[in-house]
Amino acid sequence: MSTGTFSATRPPTGDEFDPGIPGFEASGGDWDEIAREAVGEERIVVNMGPQHPSTHGVLRLMLEIDGETVTEARCGIGYLHTGIEKNMEFRTWTQGTTFCTRMDYLAPLFQESAYCLATERLLGITDDVPERASIIRVLMMELNRVASHLVCLGTGGNEMGATTVMTIGFTAREEILRLFEAVTGLRMNHAYVRPGGVAQDVPDGFVDQVRAAMPKVRHYLGQLGDLMLANPIFKARLTDVGVLNLAGCMALGVTGPVLRSAGLPYDVRKAFPYSGYETYDFDVPTSTDADCYSRVVLRIEECYQSLRIVEQALARLEDTAGAAVMVADKKIAWPAQLAVGADGQGNSLDHIRQIMGTSMEALIHHFKLVTEGFRVPAGQVWQTVEHPRGELGVHAVSDGGTKPYRAHFRDPSFNNLQAVSVMCEGGQVADVVVAVASLDPVLGGVDR
Amino acid sequence: MSDGTTAGGSASDKPVPQPEEVLGPRSRELVSGSEQAGRGGRGPEVVEVRRGMFGVQGSGDTSGYGGLVQPVAMPGAATRPYGGWFDEAVDVLAEVLGEAGVAFADAIERVVVDPQPDPPDVLAELTLDVAREHLVAVCRALRDDQDLRFELSLGVSGVHYPHDAGRELHAVYHLTSVTHGRRIRLEVAVPDADPHVPSTTSVYPTNDWHERETWDFFGIVFDDHPGLARIEMPDDWPGHPQRKDYPLGGIPVEYKGATVPPPDTRRQYS
Repeated sequence: MSTGTFSATRPPTGDEFDPGIPGFEASGGDWDEIAREAVGEERIVVNMGPQHPSTHGVLRLMLEIDGETVTEARCGIGYLHTGIEKNMEFRTWTQGTTFCTRMDYLAPLFQESAYCLATERLLGITDDVPERASIIRVLMMELNRVASHLVCLGTGGNEMGATTVMTIGFTAREEILRLFEAVTGLRMNHAYVRPGGVAQDVPDGFVDQVRAAMPKVRHYLGQLGDLMLANPIFKARLTDVGVLNLAGCMALGVTGPVLRSAGLPYDVRKAFPYSGYETYDFDVPTSTDADCYSRVVLRIEECYQSLRIVEQALARLEDTAGAAVMVADKKIAWPAQLAVGADGQGNSLDHIRQIMGTSMEALIHHFKLVTEGFRVPAGQVWQTVEHPRGELGVHAVSDGGTKPYRAHFRDPSFNNLQAVSVMCEGGQVADVVVAVASLDPVLGGVDR
Repeated sequence: MSDGTTAGGSASDKPVPQPEEVLGPRSRELVSGSEQAGRGGRGPEVVEVRRGMFGVQGSGDTSGYGGLVQPVAMPGAATRPYGGWFDEAVDVLAEVLGEAGVAFADAIERVVVDPQPDPPDVLAELTLDVAREHLVAVCRALRDDQDLRFELSLGVSGVHYPHDAGRELHAVYHLTSVTHGRRIRLEVAVPDADPHVPSTTSVYPTNDWHERETWDFFGIVFDDHPGLARIEMPDDWPGHPQRKDYPLGGIPVEYKGATVPPPDTRRQYS
């Protein structure tokens, strides 16, 4: 809304100008305005979404078309804004993971890890995080990357009518979600990574479970590759569609597979390593075609690279069996390691016995840490991780208290959606679906 | 409520204690950046002074914490050497700005390095506090000079410090140099009464949506933005939700006979 006080908003033009009436911006997405503009002209304005099966959630696209050609494409977002960043300012630093995991719901472990890495840097305990905790984080993030790419490939295929691609993608993802469930108890919204380490160690037999699941995931990935990469219809739909060259990517801040498809091997895991990524052996696949087809190839290739990292992480997990997964500082570390009891509920009965029966001080400590939380020195920090969709940044500000003063997430999907107009204008209407799918936006992350 | 027994009222006449006085020997642990106070820098920047505890206002000192005074001190100006590549980058920036006819001291109000360990390590971050009228020139210099080459902008983030008089609203920019493998943060502070910052979209087109988001959430007006409309909130939404004076909202929830108050009315520890 422009109130007349602020001059920076685009002013209303012509005789519509009335300082007493709020004006609405077309780029903010008001349908009446756009439709009125188009009256009497030889063009059609199509509203696609927010409830459209091929817009990956509640993305709204406003397309101006001339025949089958898209002459203008605009995005409308905000339909899934839930104020997660605002909510985080009212909870402790540890509770923050419960919130940020819900942003990009297909890649929850990346938000958790980035947020916890930022918190640890503010606390100055980055070097104290146990090695086993970092290994588990890397393992979980790479499994999550595969799961996220599988959804991208599967839904992308489904939007073009290739239902089998979707069923294979989701079946393969199911194998990974079972692993997540074994470790965190949940298939999404884990809140598993915590400031200082991870919530608890992986269960017994987890390494074998992952080793048993990996051949299945590889099998499904192979099937996806067979179905898509040489399929003439698939290639015809994707090749030279949604092109965004390197200059466009850099100007629009587009990162992740889309940037790498334009030829720049920029990967945060290599450029600014975190959680010990510099010690893992993996490649960053790139292409120079800068089109939707090359992005599909890159995502499949990235899945195989992630599986390489998973294998290395599994070997390290075996070497560090029994080591700590949380910092030793009892002022930060959660007081108990939870264990699944005979009733299937998670709790640490030994710990409860100790604090309720033997040690008043331990009870006070537990109560203070859980309800009040720990204090984080004042300052600000910027931490990024390589998210499946690009560079995820966390800007965490502390005022020295027990809650984040500000936690801002630079979500890659939010940024990358700016490229929709560049990628779609001049193309066919059917190409819009393909181009948006190649950006792989997740609206939970876009709107937060 | 207005008598002398309020938790905050009796202490408000006293001079504001500095972090070292209040926190004593533990101040180094508790206030990041406070070690720079003794090194000839301007010391930690106190953005707010809090009194009392648990968010209690307007009643007697029932908790015994009513006399507590806590300054909120953000890291202060850094001293040379900044460490690592920071010195070189700041020098190059000063040179490039000089060539463009902008005095470095006018454009960069402060250089902050946090943490500033000795020897410097990879976790240190360089922050430049930029005067808003020179923001675009600084961005252009940082992007275009071959020794700086911060070609990738990762967006704008707002922060609201309602008690930092004259500098209430901060716009924070994070830039990455893929070429050199470096990162830098720019911070622009503007008063709430005049929340105008020039738009950086002419240098970094990617900041388009990020600036719209910062306008939407904080009410910072980015002058010369191509279409500064709300992006997350509805177009006719009143207020800017991420500001500290904007309530979180919420209702009490009853669960098994007990009532859980909304989060912003629960006991506060800071």
